Amino acid sequence: MKIAFFPGCMVDMIYPEIGIAAVNVLERLGCDLVLPDEQVCCGQGLLNSGYRDYNIPVAKMVIDAYDRPEYDLFVSLTGSCMNAIINDYPIVFEKEPAYLERTKKLAERSYEFTDFIVNYLGKTDLGASFHDTVTFHKSCHVTRLLGIKEPPLKLLEAVEGLEYIEMEHADRCCGFGGTFSFKQPEISGEIVYEKCQTIIDTGANVVVGADVPCLMNIKGGLERMRSDGRLDRDIRVMHIAQILDARE
Amino acid sequence: MSILYHTDVTLRERVAECLKDDFKHNAIKTAQEVFYNKRAALVEEMGEGWEELRLHATEIRNHVTENLDYYVKMFAENAEANGYIMHYAPTDQDALAEVLDIFEKTNSQSTVKSKSMMTEEVGLNEVLEEAGYKVVETDCAECILQKAESKPSHIVVPALHFNRDAIRDIFTEKCGYEGTSVPEELTHFLRRYLRTEFLNADVGIRGCNFAVASTGSPTLITNEGNGRMVDSVPKVQIIFVGIDRIVPDLQSLDTMEALVPRSAVGSKMTAYFSVDSGPRRSDEVDGPVEAHIILMDNGRSRILKTDFEPMFRCMRCGACLNICPVYRHITGHGYGSIYPGPMGVVMTANMVGYDKIDTMTFACTLCGACAEHCPATIPLHDLIRQHRINIVDQGKNHSEEVPVFKLLKKMWSSVGFYKFAMGAGAPVMGLFTNDKGALDAKSTWMPVVKGWTSTRDFDGLSKDRFRTWFKNHKPLAAEAPVQKTEGTEGGGE
Ligand code: SF4
Repeated sequence: MKIAFFPGCMVDMIYPEIGIAAVNVLERLGCDLVLPDEQVCCGQGLLNSGYRDYNIPVAKMVIDAYDRPEYDLFVSLTGSCMNAIINDYPIVFEKEPAYLERTKKLAERSYEFTDFIVNYLGKTDLGASFHDTVTFHKSCHVTRLLGIKEPPLKLLEAVEGLEYIEMEHADRCCGFGGTFSFKQPEISGEIVYEKCQTIIDTGANVVVGADVPCLMNIKGGLERMRSDGRLDRDIRVMHIAQILDARE
Repeated sequence: MSILYHTDVTLRERVAECLKDDFKHNAIKTAQEVFYNKRAALVEEMGEGWEELRLHATEIRNHVTENLDYYVKMFAENAEANGYIMHYAPTDQDALAEVLDIFEKTNSQSTVKSKSMMTEEVGLNEVLEEAGYKVVETDCAECILQKAESKPSHIVVPALHFNRDAIRDIFTEKCGYEGTSVPEELTHFLRRYLRTEFLNADVGIRGCNFAVASTGSPTLITNEGNGRMVDSVPKVQIIFVGIDRIVPDLQSLDTMEALVPRSAVGSKMTAYFSVDSGPRRSDEVDGPVEAHIILMDNGRSRILKTDFEPMFRCMRCGACLNICPVYRHITGHGYGSIYPGPMGVVMTANMVGYDKIDTMTFACTLCGACAEHCPATIPLHDLIRQHRINIVDQGKNHSEEVPVFKLLKKMWSSVGFYKFAMGAGAPVMGLFTNDKGALDAKSTWMPVVKGWTSTRDFDGLSKDRFRTWFKNHKPLAAEAPVQKTEGTEGGGE
């Protein structure tokens, strides 16, 4: 069974280590992964900023790359890309019936990373070990818009040595919001600082998430708080794939 | 149209102003927390019943929307049968003209008002005052705002931005108050102060939460009882009813009544809930002698049969404000509209048009928490995004941003260009990143990324692409995942 893997553009551009960890995890589980060369970005930043028409060629490239008979399943490492493809592309393709149809078909065999492991493969204990205190950011796209609530927590629960501490309002937005963070940096900054504070307040040494953009935002917030003295210790920011790949 | 205020400054300037006000910032955060926790407890108590109730309310509201003519007619006929004098106001100007006409014909000089978003929407107070009439807001918070000449920071608790000392000062300066800032003392004073106003006013003006078609009854939800004084003391009564307030019958009213106080403030019910049925009857001793209903459209029907039709279901409960991560920091004043928060962004854009709303539709992270909490299941974040799409489609976007999005489109729809841009971009960016590979506070001069780096660090492009690693990597052998059984805990490599 071939699985077409969608890492998301940020993994390719900024955080290859997250993609590597995810590939390790999935391959150990026996998955045969393919990375189509035409994978670049889902383009959600365009639609979410109102540029629907600009999103059309980007979305077509994604569908052409991933909707192929030789791929049995589609797995997205980042919840927000998954949401864009299955929930937003129908809006992008409003006037493109052929692509709309293909998107719907692709959606039927699409999984977000944690959902795929827990609900498709039926695995929770992947033999990972990670001896530290961890809190988890329940990102909007994974938790609310895709409705995937339990899988990441079940996976974390099965990691040896991992001590989980729930943060306050774990499902409150981190303030990234795509171009929102560039267009309204003051508001976005306030939201991410508050998110960071709830993370700091747990006392955990590591914050984990299943959505790469949120992690980038939270990491940027924590680093800034660290450098201007609002945070006096190091807090690691990790993708859940990196925890599941860990043997430490 | 008086929906927008502070239009002389941009959204970002308004936000900067709000963020300077620590008291207001914290007051809204605390209020959100209180409402959120109380609501969450009640929702949990109802279990699955809550979702059923939301869906039921959605069905009822949709049904009325789809059969609006029928229900408007039914409400109007039954209200008339109850003795109400009906006035139809397609626009705000029509509504204002009707009110002025009533004042003139009844020889009235003054009015007491119970909180009403609709009268705010049309700017009624200013118009009446300009015409020489006395206007007194009698809801505690609205009274404070009126005396302080301030605007609401929340739709349900509008004077949240004043602390008790500020309120004492306002009363001292404007109403001759001589007491302390102890809340009980302040409210006792207000009660005495308003009593005289109630007794002397000619007209009582109020809004309407729901209008029951089958019985012709406007209803009112209040917490202070001032609404009942407004209804029962003055000889003339004017009720503002939006055409989107209609419910078919008392049973459906019951559904709404179960949802609104829980969603709004996390209470099972409000202190006062009135279902009215016309002016004073000949055998009754109190109540208005003459009762008018202004049934107003003012752009509401414009959204019918458009993407925004779900907004017709809105109950003005404020739950979407109470959960919104943006509203939390910028308050109603940041939006600069009397309708703030997620519902406000959708409604304001609908009502005043895209030319006037600045970048308000971008005061949203599209997190979807509003939609999840809305008792009428309105997909607010989708509607906000739809506004953004319409703004671009109609060419009303800022032209400076277009090249950036064009470049992104090009990069994301061409692998060759993407690879080239990454190859060239990483080393260039590398010149500016710190020892952790991030653009930090020193990078605020950079175009585009400066928005981000003004408040956060921005991780730079990696030297290695994931795709390159993937192409060259040797797939790991599958290993039987360890099943947790006695004695084999952990394991792995
Ligand atoms: S949009 Fe929904 S949550 Fe917001 S005020 Fe209206 S009914 Fe309440």
